[in-house]
Amino acid sequence: MGHPAFSVSHREQVAPMSFVFYLLAALTLAGALAAVLLKNTVHCALALTVAFAGLALLYLELDAQFAGFAQILVYIGAVAILIVFAILLTKGSETPKDGVYSKNWLTGLAIAAGVFAVLGWAVLERARVLPGPGGTPTAAPAVTVLQIGNALMGRYVLPLEIVALLLTAALIGAVIVAMHEKEETK
Amino acid sequence: MTPLTGYLLVAALLFSIGLAGALTRRNAILVLIGIELMLNAANLNLIAFWRYGPHPEALTGMMFAIFSIAVAAAEAAVGLGLVIQIHRHAHTTDLDRMNRMRG
Repeated sequence: MGHPAFSVSHREQVAPMSFVFYLLAALTLAGALAAVLLKNTVHCALALTVAFAGLALLYLELDAQFAGFAQILVYIGAVAILIVFAILLTKGSETPKDGVYSKNWLTGLAIAAGVFAVLGWAVLERARVLPGPGGTPTAAPAVTVLQIGNALMGRYVLPLEIVALLLTAALIGAVIVAMHEKEETK
Repeated sequence: MTPLTGYLLVAALLFSIGLAGALTRRNAILVLIGIELMLNAANLNLIAFWRYGPHPEALTGMMFAIFSIAVAAAEAAVGLGLVIQIHRHAHTTDLDRMNRMRG
């Protein structure tokens, strides 16, 4: 709180949010809503891809180029494809006769609405002490991929190795879990 | 509304949509989709705080988001593998019908 950036008041001259932000936010939220609400599971997976793309564009809007392209590669390129494969392997595209929502969907909806109410209240209530530009937009942080690579190979090399180990273990584990056990099923 | 507040509100809405999906859908894959949306909302928060925070050159929030993306990819792979194995075993992905632990 004592840092100069925290003491900038947002009441002096509030910069209007850019039109691009509203467009991307609407795209992302519409994709997420469609992914949750649609009946056909394959349509849900495609809507999820739209939401992931909107998020990647939001990262680019936030000057986080590396994270934006990592989002496109990992989520649109890998996770969405994995989800489509899983839907097709489990015949999940067939809409069940007795509805797509759980028996106690009302409780779930109430919990989600409560969580959003608390989060939104916290954000709006504490908007004054959040860091960030009050009126004048700050210059984009000059962060190149070279700096990110240097940080990954220097200060963050141990987490990087742990993530590499985790990904290897997850890869082998997923294959072993989903592997067809022919001897036992016979 | 400052830019950071806007991004935080979008992330909160995205998290709530994901939570609602994870809690109300019957298909196990749709529950995983909801969890992915929640993880992405957290990532958006990390990137937004990195961008508007006092020390963006330290790269802390950016690194957190990148590692979070990697861990989420591992989570999706293992989760979908489990769903496929459960479908092979119980011939359903309907969570309301998976109500016993005994095979």
